[in-house]
Amino acid sequence: MQKEKKKKQQSLHKRKSDLSIAHKQLEKLSNGIFANGNLPTFQQKISETQQFPLRPNTLEILQINLGYMCNQVCAHCHVDAGPDRKEIMTRETMEQCLEVIRSTSAHTLDLTGGAPEMNPNFRWFVEEASKAGVRDFIVRSNLTIIRANKKYYDLPEFFKKHNVHVISSMPHWTRGKTDRQRGTGVFDQSIKALQELNTIGYGIPDSNLRLDLVYNPSGAFLPGNQKEMEGDFKKALMEDFNIQFHQLFAITNLPISRFLDYLIASENYEDYMYQLVDAYNPAAVQNVMCRNTLSVSWDGYLYDCDFNQMLELKVASKVQHISEYNETILQDRNIIVSQHCYGCTAGAGSSCQGTVIGQ
Amino acid sequence: MSKSNYYDPADLRKFGNITNWSKELGEKFFEYYNKVFEEGALTAREKSLIALAVSHTEMCPYCIDAYTKDGLQRGITKEEMMEAVHVGAAIKSGATLVHGVQMMNKVNKLEM
Ligand code: SF4
Ligand code: SF4
Repeated sequence: MQKEKKKKQQSLHKRKSDLSIAHKQLEKLSNGIFANGNLPTFQQKISETQQFPLRPNTLEILQINLGYMCNQVCAHCHVDAGPDRKEIMTRETMEQCLEVIRSTSAHTLDLTGGAPEMNPNFRWFVEEASKAGVRDFIVRSNLTIIRANKKYYDLPEFFKKHNVHVISSMPHWTRGKTDRQRGTGVFDQSIKALQELNTIGYGIPDSNLRLDLVYNPSGAFLPGNQKEMEGDFKKALMEDFNIQFHQLFAITNLPISRFLDYLIASENYEDYMYQLVDAYNPAAVQNVMCRNTLSVSWDGYLYDCDFNQMLELKVASKVQHISEYNETILQDRNIIVSQHCYGCTAGAGSSCQGTVIGQ
Repeated sequence: MSKSNYYDPADLRKFGNITNWSKELGEKFFEYYNKVFEEGALTAREKSLIALAVSHTEMCPYCIDAYTKDGLQRGITKEEMMEAVHVGAAIKSGATLVHGVQMMNKVNKLEM
């Protein structure tokens, strides 16, 4: 029991699990039910509607992963982040990113991690990046980091100063469900962090300090209707804790990394893949986030999306690193897809900004 | 290959196939079924909990699986689900017990 608990507090990487190796994940996603023809591969599925190969649209979002280090070890984490992960972006790579931010046509900058705030150069980077004048400057904060240590207590003020758009995960409005997915004590700390953000103006209906929440299902099922969930979250958080926020993004868990590990260990893998394929929505394909996003890893490599980054599927382009960035060349590429992409196209679709089809 | 169980969870995915051998009736059923679960005077969430309770009183393993998952997708908590099951159980046991009155009537009528 104790051993199980300890395991849960470690990344797959630390546990030296097979699934910490990207190609082992890809193998799992290509063999079995997909190889034996029980389910169509993603490529077969999108070919039915002449949507293969997927090509990028105009670049709108540059998503930068500042490192896999995190103060939490959430059970579903697709980054396999945690306190035991040491990979973080160096200042040199950040400088290369800044150059691109200044010249890109993308209007949104999205900083993610792990906990991006744990990168020692995080504040410097935010200050420099905010001078570049992007339209929407997002930081994906896990909330508890704000309460994790004194040195982070002033983060809300710092975000406010740079007009950062805060997007935070919140699995449920009840303690039990939240703590099961993200760790004991996470719910209470998240509530405190949200209250602090509210106090300085974040998330208040007319405020331009944007605070959005992300909901991922806490298990092997798909997210419900985003609008309905948002209503339930708003009502419960207001009644119980006097907390307000702008929008809720409902995101489908993609079958990679720790969530894949969980699916296999709990014998839910096949059922989950059936659910994703059953819920496949061809209309969502046009709006998957890889079509308007580029993802930069902590070591400066370029990917179609955060998920391809974790599967080590670099962009299919002769430009593969931020240091040699060239938007025209990069835009002329085919997006790399595999079975995990079913997660982006189930139901109303799923992206970092929630569903991709109006509900 | 012979099946060893009457109930196979994988059969739930084939529910739609009932239209294969009687298209019109099958389609009419699904049309009705889907209409019933639309948001109406009751919310879709309330209907999901009612369906979960009835799945238990009907003791249908397919419906139990389906409406447990539906509840989770809607953010319904396990405590709410269990309370719904108790509502079903209370009605079911109440319905059994209330027939005891018939038994009592009969005894009273037959006995001297
Ligand atoms: S899901 Fe987010 S908060 Fe949780 S371990 Fe992963 S990066 Fe950290
Ligand atoms: S997983 Fe990545 S590549 Fe696949 S559809 Fe989603 S965003 Fe695109």
